[in-house]
Amino acid sequence: MNNIRSLASGLVLTVSLFATPLYADTLNIGIYGEPSSLDAARVNGAVYDNDVLGDLFEGLVTLAPDGRYLPGVASEWASSEDGLSWTFTLRDDAKWSDGQPVVAEDFVLAFRRVLNPKNASVYANLLYPLKNAAAINKGEADLSTLGVSAKDDHTLVLTLEGNTPYLPTLMAHIIAAPVPSHLVKQYGNDWTELDHIVTNGAFMPKRWISHDHIETVKNPYFHDADKVTLDGVNYYLTEDLSTGLSRFRAGELDVMRDFDAQRYPWLKDHLGDAVHLHNQLATYYYALNQREGHPTADKRVREALNLALRRDVIVDKILQGAVAPTNALVPTGTSHYEAQTMPGLDTTVEERMKKARELLKEAGYGPDHPLTLKLRYNTRDDHRRIAVAAAAMWKPLGINIEQVNAEANVHYAEMARGNDFDIGRASWVADFDDASNFLGILQSDNVKNYGGYHSEAFDRLMAEASAATHDGQRQQLLEQAEQQALGDYALAPVYSDAARNLVNPGLSGWEDNAINRHLSRWVTLLH
Amino acid sequence: MLSYTLKRLALAIPTLLIVITISFFLMRVAPGGPFDGERQLPPEIEANLKAAYHLDEPLPMQYLRYMGNLLQGDFGPSFKYKDFSVTELIVQGFPVSLELGFWAILLALAIGLPLGVIAALKRNSSIDYLVMSIALGGIAVPNFVIAPLLALVFGVLLAWLPAGGWNGGAWQNMLLPVIALSIQQIAYIARMMRASMIEILSSHFIRTARAKGLSESEVIWRHAMRPAMLPVVSYLGPAIAGIITGSVVIEQIFGIPGIGRYFVQGALNRDYTLVMGTVVFYGALIVLLNLIVDLLYSVLDPQIRYDD
Repeated sequence: MNNIRSLASGLVLTVSLFATPLYADTLNIGIYGEPSSLDAARVNGAVYDNDVLGDLFEGLVTLAPDGRYLPGVASEWASSEDGLSWTFTLRDDAKWSDGQPVVAEDFVLAFRRVLNPKNASVYANLLYPLKNAAAINKGEADLSTLGVSAKDDHTLVLTLEGNTPYLPTLMAHIIAAPVPSHLVKQYGNDWTELDHIVTNGAFMPKRWISHDHIETVKNPYFHDADKVTLDGVNYYLTEDLSTGLSRFRAGELDVMRDFDAQRYPWLKDHLGDAVHLHNQLATYYYALNQREGHPTADKRVREALNLALRRDVIVDKILQGAVAPTNALVPTGTSHYEAQTMPGLDTTVEERMKKARELLKEAGYGPDHPLTLKLRYNTRDDHRRIAVAAAAMWKPLGINIEQVNAEANVHYAEMARGNDFDIGRASWVADFDDASNFLGILQSDNVKNYGGYHSEAFDRLMAEASAATHDGQRQQLLEQAEQQALGDYALAPVYSDAARNLVNPGLSGWEDNAINRHLSRWVTLLH
Repeated sequence: MLSYTLKRLALAIPTLLIVITISFFLMRVAPGGPFDGERQLPPEIEANLKAAYHLDEPLPMQYLRYMGNLLQGDFGPSFKYKDFSVTELIVQGFPVSLELGFWAILLALAIGLPLGVIAALKRNSSIDYLVMSIALGGIAVPNFVIAPLLALVFGVLLAWLPAGGWNGGAWQNMLLPVIALSIQQIAYIARMMRASMIEILSSHFIRTARAKGLSESEVIWRHAMRPAMLPVVSYLGPAIAGIITGSVVIEQIFGIPGIGRYFVQGALNRDYTLVMGTVVFYGALIVLLNLIVDLLYSVLDPQIRYDD
């Protein structure tokens, strides 16, 4: 009997030993899309691209857990007085995961690869502040004329088209990550193949099963490797948010990078501290078509639509308070920027409706001449619910809304074409923390200007802001530009989006931040 | 038999050619292109992309280029998953779908066939009614309802099994998706087997077998079983193809890296080459499975012969 008991306890011990995972400190992250590539020049810049590549590569500048910018491969930098030339000094101990040093030439090659039209980099325009970058990408200038040069192995000089005070924040984006020149010379575009890829971030990829997971391990050559406590990070592809939630609840994921906003109250009740909601630099809005022939080309109609839209109701009733209502384009919390507001919206609902009716009457619409507008959105439950609510809010004004939904690719193709809608759903998520990134989408020549807003005053203010050499003056000009656009009712902002994450309370070093980027190097699993 | 097989294989070529051609042009006619998305691209970048994937060429030219590459076994690069070629994605995804489908069909047969036989033998009894109403339920409840329910109950609430993921095909990860995938098939097979068995049991040769004094189990196992399975076998060809290609929902819900997900993601992303690759692959698979089923017929039913 004793023998049996000891055998049994031995078995239990063996089983429990085996049950302990070999890599105890592996962080499991649920991402809702798969990176297009491990090569920064070939990704689409989606949140999940940033998640994976951000852990594998370190740019000149990097991010703290709270989203502040920190020196990365560059230990320091300085700009010339006119802001047109920046010198970055590279740290001595930056190494690739094969032990080779990271040198200035690795950045020169990386930026040239992004802007080489042959590489068709989707995100090349983020590097357009560099001298000649746009011309090169259009095939109008030679690659060698790009405003990037290596003075020596540890000094990188960037020459710019105009004053770009946000350059350091741009250098923290994955598009500005270095490439291992020694590998690119040997393998060309195949340098990212797993059997020979090297990285300079805290982790290096070990396995990638498409549509399943990407497995990474700690990079021993990373300059801050001593402080990295994780042995590795696994990214599990979970496009389906309910699956992500199930896997998180089952303990299979430590972090899930999104959840359904409508389930926020339920999640809060059941998962408590694990539910993270934080202001993000992102705006959900309706583009209002201002091209000829559309009723929304009339400013009075656009103002009436904005007056009658009750953003607080949409946020509270449909989105369960998981986001914040807004009537501006640039979200609150954007650095070096004072949030603006759309004029005339700070009165009671009754007053706003009264004003809206008057405006529509002036514009020639009424019971005898009802207004019918076509509202387009991409197929998704919350977009549909918001569209239905908005239509109901505009109904008392005598506006009939014809709703059309299509899958995302079709929706955006139609929005870009610009004919077949009066009101079109869109959103903008900041690439980097600067107001110009938002305001740019209203410039006349911008392809993302879905509504076709065209204001000479706005364009002039934007041009002056980009030429301004003094940062305070630049901020003022950008604020004036937004005020101009909001006064023209150029669009109908609805809400500022929030970053939604599920985070295992048993880990530290993961902080909410406005650009919703989180480097795993800061994370520690508490046992 | 051999010449029949060869003839069928030769016929498969024009069939596939038509499938490829129709899908190629249908895909291009669909509104929205591979580079239309939330982030509208500046014109020069879109032009660079189109040039890189030869989408700037006239459509007939693109078609000829695609067919030329296909003849060399090259499905082209994926537009979305740039570190993988379409061939690599199929090679990675197909074994997963196959394994999942194999176990699901096996489970469906192992449960569906006996259930059908029992129901037929106990025709119009309470057992028959019970089995058939369960089967009807299995057909009526779609797997996108069953799958999340299974994940919720066994993955989250009881925490007996993983709620998702593939984990290299570990049985724990496979169990729930296999069950979810097979439930409908169990129902179909049970109903089919019951109907067919009832018909066979009332036929003349069974009466003769009984008249010869054979025991009931001998009658069923030696004489009735084989012909009764014919409809099930003919159903199996499309069913296997359907289960391997149609496990999309299950793969999505459980986060399994199978080929069905590439198909759906590819179509949504307008990843032309990925969609075409999976279509060609599916087409070839279905042609092949149908051929195998036809050949199996002759094994099961002596009246069917493919000799010239």
